[in-house]
Amino acid sequence: MQIFGLWVAAFFTLGIISFLYKDNPWYKVCESIFVGISAGYWFVTLFWDNIYSLFYLGVAERGNYSLYVGAVLGLMMLLRLIPQIGWISRWPLAFVVGATAGLYIINYFASNIMVQVENTLTPLFADAFNQPTFSASVYNSIGNIVVAVGTFTGLVYFFFSKEHKGFMGGMAKIGIWTIMITFGASFGYTVMSRMSLLIGRMDFIFGDWLQLIK
Amino acid sequence: MIVRFFAGKVSVKIKIAIICLIAQFFLVGIALSQPPTDSVIIDTLRTPPPDVTPVMVKSVVAKDNPNDDGRAVIISWDLSVDDHAGGKVTSYKIYRSEKRGGIFAEIGEAPSGSDQMMDNNVTRDEEYYYKVSAINELKEGGKTIWQVSSESDVVGPAKAVAQWFDTRRLNVFVGMIILCGLIIYYINQAKSGKKLFIRKISGLDAVDEAVGRATEMGKKIFFIPGISDVDNVQTIAGLTILGRVAQLAAEYETWIEVPVSRSLVMVTAKEIVKEAYSKAGRPDAFHEDQVHYLTDDQFGYAAGIDGMFVREKPATVFLLGNFYAESLILSETGNSIGAIQIAGTGQPSQLPFFVAACDYTLIGEELFAASAYLSREPKLLGSLKGQDIGKAIILAAILVGSLLETFNIFQLSKFFRVLE
Repeated sequence: MQIFGLWVAAFFTLGIISFLYKDNPWYKVCESIFVGISAGYWFVTLFWDNIYSLFYLGVAERGNYSLYVGAVLGLMMLLRLIPQIGWISRWPLAFVVGATAGLYIINYFASNIMVQVENTLTPLFADAFNQPTFSASVYNSIGNIVVAVGTFTGLVYFFFSKEHKGFMGGMAKIGIWTIMITFGASFGYTVMSRMSLLIGRMDFIFGDWLQLIK
Repeated sequence: MIVRFFAGKVSVKIKIAIICLIAQFFLVGIALSQPPTDSVIIDTLRTPPPDVTPVMVKSVVAKDNPNDDGRAVIISWDLSVDDHAGGKVTSYKIYRSEKRGGIFAEIGEAPSGSDQMMDNNVTRDEEYYYKVSAINELKEGGKTIWQVSSESDVVGPAKAVAQWFDTRRLNVFVGMIILCGLIIYYINQAKSGKKLFIRKISGLDAVDEAVGRATEMGKKIFFIPGISDVDNVQTIAGLTILGRVAQLAAEYETWIEVPVSRSLVMVTAKEIVKEAYSKAGRPDAFHEDQVHYLTDDQFGYAAGIDGMFVREKPATVFLLGNFYAESLILSETGNSIGAIQIAGTGQPSQLPFFVAACDYTLIGEELFAASAYLSREPKLLGSLKGQDIGKAIILAAILVGSLLETFNIFQLSKFFRVLE
């Protein structure tokens, strides 16, 4: 059974990799099976995680009757299947979008604005507030300046109600350069992590399956 | 064999000698099984020496932990007078009961020098009683040799209560009020007819061009709203742009296809595309299967879309929403088939891939500004202007704050500290 599993995994791995050459029937088979099985898997997972574990056990065993609100909203979604009253399905959608916006606004404001500004506000030539003004190493001082200038100019780039011309345009240009350099570094880093994924599959093919790597 | 030996003709002396030898073995065995002499010393240590009992702690207070959702009680006390270097207190043990005269169970231990402990294992709105013991103990090799304690009076009842406001996060509240106030102010300005400027965003200017290209080539448009649900702002921003793209597609009579990976996104996208077709005066041209579900699985979704890209060769691909590791797989395939691609996401780690593989990329907030840019609705433009003023305040704070902190004049950053 283990050997059979190994061959199936190898079949699908090679089938998906064959897409690099061009679209072909082997890839189509692998793709269809992958999409179909994953859709079925998620259906079953969501059923047992949500409808059974969260709702059924929540009501029947933990007595959490507020879960009926979610269940009713879920049923309202299914009313789309009846065209005459399909409009009712918009209500749970509106509820989800509105409730989420309300819930996240504080978290996003705190993490994306307050914390970022706090971390940007550091002495430029010292490691911490109340330390002598030029006490930091050159390396740390450059780092602090890059963070402050990068954040400042990056934010200028995302000004929409002002034309990027003159001084503002110059700042925005520095901002977009900073962003692009960051993207370049991020690109390289992520490519390396993707290489490790590829190495993992190659290790499977030449090691586990073909036994060429011991 | 033994019975036969003793019943045999062996002399009585020998028999007695053998019996004595066996008895000796037993006696020596019993003697060896007794504890050694040093164990006796330890036994004597189990009785604490005189005058080691610490003075009990005083002023024990148990109260609700403020600024939480009713999940903790704080127990505090004044240190025992014997709690000092070389003193008689080695630790404090905290006990809890649900009744004043009930059985108290140990809930935690604090080292000497501590004057408070948090009880995180409580039920909201339930009453509890507490007492604190000052402990003096001697341990050797992890074993307690002796232990003495003196208990405080029982205090309580204390209960954990949920608070509506976390007063430690007042700065977040003030910041939110300022930002929301600015947005509301500028929305009103826009509504009253004041013209609000919005700078050019190339990626959004290219939307018309991209849809027009698909029309000219007689090919499809694919719109991919990412792999997150409608509870993600990026998905919502992507779907807002979908409305505009679908309307253009309906006007130009070009087929737009929206494969999705979340059921709620499918429902929302269907509503949006349907409405867009109605707005364009072509409700009859809308087909339910234009918006269809593939799978919730990240890479299953990517594999499915890749297959559709290479088989149907769309002229235009929009990748607008929340993307993760599938971003490069999708954009690279779109690039390989020669489609014009407009992408946008708020995921900083995925933006480099879009920048590398797509024709236009909406970076972060440009995606969120898209709805205002495309619709030019006063409400959205006012909101954008309000946010810009918020950014101006932050820029000023960074500029002034950095200078103040550099010269040790004032630590402005503490106003932005968010306490958890």
